[in-house]
Amino acid sequence: MTQTAPHATGAFTEDPDAPEYSAYGGDWSEIADEATRLGQQRIVVNMGPQHPSTHGVLRVMLEIEGETVQETRAGIGYLHTGIEKNMEFRTWTQGVTFCTRMDYVASMSQELVYCLGVEKLLGITDDVPERANVLRVLMAELTRIGSHLVAVGTGGNEMGATTVMTTAFIAREETFKVIEMISGLRTNNAYIRPGGVAQDAPEGAVKAIRDMIPQVKQKLDELVDLQLANPIFKGRLQGVANLDLAGCMALGITGPILRSAGMPYDLRKSEPYCGYETYDFQVPTSTDGDAYSRVVLRLEECYESLKIVAQCADRLEASEGEPVMVADKKIAWPAQLSVGSDGQGNSLDHIRHIMGESMEALIHHFKLVTEGFKVPAGQVYSAIEGPKGLLGVHLVSDGGTKPWRAHFRDPGFNNLQALGILTEGGQVADVVVAIATIDMVLGGVDR
Amino acid sequence: MSDSQDLTGTGAPQGGPQPGDRDQITLINVRQGSFGALGDTSGFDGLVRPVQMPGASERPYGEWFDGVVDVLEELLGDDAAAAIEHVVVDRGELTLRIAREHLLAVAQHLRDDQDLRFEMCLGVSGVHYPADAGRELHAVYPMQSITHNRRLRVEVAVSEQDPHVPSLVSVYPMNNWHERETWDFFGIVFDGHPSLARIEMPDDWVGHPQRKDYPLGGIPVEYKGAEIPSPDNRRQYR
Repeated sequence: MTQTAPHATGAFTEDPDAPEYSAYGGDWSEIADEATRLGQQRIVVNMGPQHPSTHGVLRVMLEIEGETVQETRAGIGYLHTGIEKNMEFRTWTQGVTFCTRMDYVASMSQELVYCLGVEKLLGITDDVPERANVLRVLMAELTRIGSHLVAVGTGGNEMGATTVMTTAFIAREETFKVIEMISGLRTNNAYIRPGGVAQDAPEGAVKAIRDMIPQVKQKLDELVDLQLANPIFKGRLQGVANLDLAGCMALGITGPILRSAGMPYDLRKSEPYCGYETYDFQVPTSTDGDAYSRVVLRLEECYESLKIVAQCADRLEASEGEPVMVADKKIAWPAQLSVGSDGQGNSLDHIRHIMGESMEALIHHFKLVTEGFKVPAGQVYSAIEGPKGLLGVHLVSDGGTKPWRAHFRDPGFNNLQALGILTEGGQVADVVVAIATIDMVLGGVDR
Repeated sequence: MSDSQDLTGTGAPQGGPQPGDRDQITLINVRQGSFGALGDTSGFDGLVRPVQMPGASERPYGEWFDGVVDVLEELLGDDAAAAIEHVVVDRGELTLRIAREHLLAVAQHLRDDQDLRFEMCLGVSGVHYPADAGRELHAVYPMQSITHNRRLRVEVAVSEQDPHVPSLVSVYPMNNWHERETWDFFGIVFDGHPSLARIEMPDDWVGHPQRKDYPLGGIPVEYKGAEIPSPDNRRQYR
């Protein structure tokens, strides 16, 4: 055991006499004066973990000389909640409720990759009904739009453009209206379940989707008009936080950052799942490899996702009334929900069925909800194109009703390793741009 | 207790290797009783059921798997037999069980050979199998080839007493944080890692939380006079 392992958060210098300043906000000028008086050139600055531009609780340790960043280190773990460990103590279906809370800005991506993994373990991948796949694609794309809008919006906000943030969040709210109508919740939905989805789209969903598309498109247009030709915006982002293809490959970068370096790698095209090969959409790429091109790509991807959403609406209309859960009653989650007079509740039809009509249905309901279903022993890896890059899950089953191990490869966790190469040698102010361009969410990074 | 009956309902053969089986290589768990907590009056406490991972596969492996294993064996030369302990094909996925002494060489070949070209390692996932004596800790590396659009899994098994695995950071720099995470959670020591510090837990944390013998934690909750134990101490189905 290496108990003498170096500390990630240890000092940069071994010099015990190095002066130390602690800033708690408001006293920055005193510290600057003191530093000037001592004539120190290189200082180490802690940014975060409560800094508003760190997208949660990321701690960035910067060694700076004047305004130039000499060395960057990222300290993570402040949001570690043991989700993977917790999943080992819950049934396979309950796991959805946990993993949706990892990257909480793109909840349903985790649900999707996890359920695809469980289905692979069960060997029922091909049994998932078509309509469930359409609903999954719809949700994945709405989630992607929401995630990209947060990336672009908060990125703009951190550079002082509050309007970019408010416009992006208004558009995101439009996607949430549809998500809420179908799943019942805005975020942390637990909607995609092993075997299908929790419930069918309610009446009026197709119309709501079609009404939403122009609304979101209009806000996207606004964001494009507001940002992409803006000289200040371009000045802040063009040529900043560069990462070329070689750097991306060395650091395992995926998602918009990899595509901004010229590699058209998108799992929706290369390893289609949920029937993505049947949808008509493009994968935008760029060869600039800078922060500006990543904003452009994220906005372009939103337009492409809207195209997919429109196709989903058509398919939902055509497949009205078809099942949204596998036929196997040993796996299919039995509870159906409906909106009662108080806004929530179980489907009365379902209650009548299990309590009054079918003893077998009651047994199945009880067994599935309390015990869950058993998954044959083995291990699988499943991966999808999350909004932030390749999102993978490694699942191990010991033949029981709970995962033996569930490990998520969060793209943000991997991509955050690039923070050093994106910022070192640049300006302190560009660190904020670099963090925004990586677009990680610390809930996913720390899990 | 009967070892031959299929009590898990999974259709998988129980009770260790049976005639005609594939070689069993990983004992995932030995399940006891029927409800996680023992001390039950039902009589099911006496059940003991070993659960094995799907065992080694025979050629032909199918799909592109044979080609990849052939190329890797050729590149490894005389070491091939010692390096590749088992080849497992299960659920359409290829798993290579690699001896840790040869892990770096295998990774180098997987990355560099034009017929293999697994450019990306998607991190490392630790798994703890306390029942698998002498091979309790597994490091599982999913490898992704963008060129050929393939994915395979490299698995290395080590014991709790000697949890050393060579670091892949020199071949796959992207594995830096992933290996730190697996050290943090499982206590697998990645030799040659540039800075194997904890990453998610605080630096002074004691223990490796994702190991099976590490408790989940949590406190019992009192509800209407009755006490409900914390999730890992509840009577539960497993």
